[in-house]
Amino acid sequence: MLIKRDADSKLRGEDISPRDITDHGIYLNRRAFMTGVAALALTPWGREAEAQGSLRPLQATKNPAYQVPDALTPYKSVTTYNNFYEFGTDKGDPAAYGASLKTRPWTVQVDGLCAKPKTFDIEEVLKFPLEERVYRLRCVEAWSMVIPWIGFPLSALLKRVEPTGQAKYVEFTTLVNPEMFPGQKRGIFGFTLDWPYTEGLRLDEAMHPLTLMTVGLYGQVLPNQNGAPLRVVVPWKYGFKSGKSIVRIRLTSEEPKTSWNRAAPSEYGFYSNVNPEVSHPRWSQANERRIGELRRRDTLMFNGYGDQVASLYAGMDLKKFY
Amino acid sequence: MSYKARVALKTAVWIASLWPLGVLVRGFLTDDLGANPIDYITRTLGLTALVLILTSLSMTPLRILFGWSWPIQLRRLLGLLAFFYVSLHFSVWIGLDHFFDWRRMWQDVLKRPFITVGVLALVLLIPLAITSTSGMIKRLGGANWRLLHKLAYVIGGLGVLHFLWLAKKGRTTPFYYAITLAVLLGVRSWDWLRKRRLAARSRPLPEGERASARS
Repeated sequence: MLIKRDADSKLRGEDISPRDITDHGIYLNRRAFMTGVAALALTPWGREAEAQGSLRPLQATKNPAYQVPDALTPYKSVTTYNNFYEFGTDKGDPAAYGASLKTRPWTVQVDGLCAKPKTFDIEEVLKFPLEERVYRLRCVEAWSMVIPWIGFPLSALLKRVEPTGQAKYVEFTTLVNPEMFPGQKRGIFGFTLDWPYTEGLRLDEAMHPLTLMTVGLYGQVLPNQNGAPLRVVVPWKYGFKSGKSIVRIRLTSEEPKTSWNRAAPSEYGFYSNVNPEVSHPRWSQANERRIGELRRRDTLMFNGYGDQVASLYAGMDLKKFY
Repeated sequence: MSYKARVALKTAVWIASLWPLGVLVRGFLTDDLGANPIDYITRTLGLTALVLILTSLSMTPLRILFGWSWPIQLRRLLGLLAFFYVSLHFSVWIGLDHFFDWRRMWQDVLKRPFITVGVLALVLLIPLAITSTSGMIKRLGGANWRLLHKLAYVIGGLGVLHFLWLAKKGRTTPFYYAITLAVLLGVRSWDWLRKRRLAARSRPLPEGERASARS
């Protein structure tokens, strides 16, 4: 009898503690992830990438604290639909011309208002404990993705150089090299962004645990079109705030000049927090198209990261500091 | 031009104009429209419409520059095909892009200049499409009809503005369209001025008018 009861309860799953049951959201994410990776390995395009050596696995521990319930955007979309003007203004240009970027040797100079300025070799950067985090990415153009990034908190890198009390901002500079970045050559009409591409954050934003120094995605080394070999990811801000292919990180006392702000100040502010209530002059930011979905979805305040970051902006008029 | 040649020419225009739509339909069926298909469809339809509008506006300049009369016969067909693409472009914006969210779309029409001029171009195209039949030309009378269809220039200008204003800084394609439109209008203006001068020279004018024609 006892045995029978035991068998029954096992059939009902009573011997499994709730602790051991995978959360449905994580389960779905894992499925999407595996589907993404499997699909990637099977496609001719994935095999081609593998043959070229651009598909290189990167070990990282999944950080369960940074997951989202939304389904992941397929790897193919993440790596073929990009805004990265260094390669060209078309969304397909970064994937088409990405191969011209050489990511070795690569160093990143971390300096400015800090006690121990240091130039890190990329191999040294890759020695920071890497973790995988799934973040929403919201582009200022009202489309969005969900991406499993690999990286480590930017704060870990900044702490190494010991920012001084005067440091209030951080400036990120992208590589300038028209040989590697065809988009940096002057076009017929001459006007493009002023190179180098620079972006910036307030120091407290840069030190926030969500701000990720990123070296990979989907279990792979960061593809060139996504900002290899290292970029920053700031998930509560519009995508252009997250500088790519970074060669310098500088601590400053004054708000850094940022590229899109210089190009069109009324359209792109320094803060550029995702905010459904503040329109871009030419389109509404109230909703967005998630890549792969048909219907638009409502845009979330701070891209859904309000619980973690809203306090950074307490008392600020976000319509004024857009 | 012989009847056969005319049929061949019009068939070629039909095929060339419907080609982009065919490519879109094939891409849709094979799921090959990229990561953001709705955006891609909207852009392709809009761009094809603008190309057709500018092509229809280049028929007269071709006659002015090369003395060809045959392109004029294609003008109506090109205009109607442009209207067809503009309608599709607009339908996709309503049905797929905004899913019949009328309130938000109306706000966009009022607040976003590039959408305002786009919708205005569509509205202005409607009377031109309606009056495109031979019966309508007769009913309106040639002079009235020609005056009404001068709106095509305005529509071309609005279409180019729509493209210029929606593009981000750094994109150069809209400027090629703006330059094309400027050249087409330039040829017409040059022809108009030249004709006016010729007329002034060949016609004996009273003193006062002659002076003003020269100024």
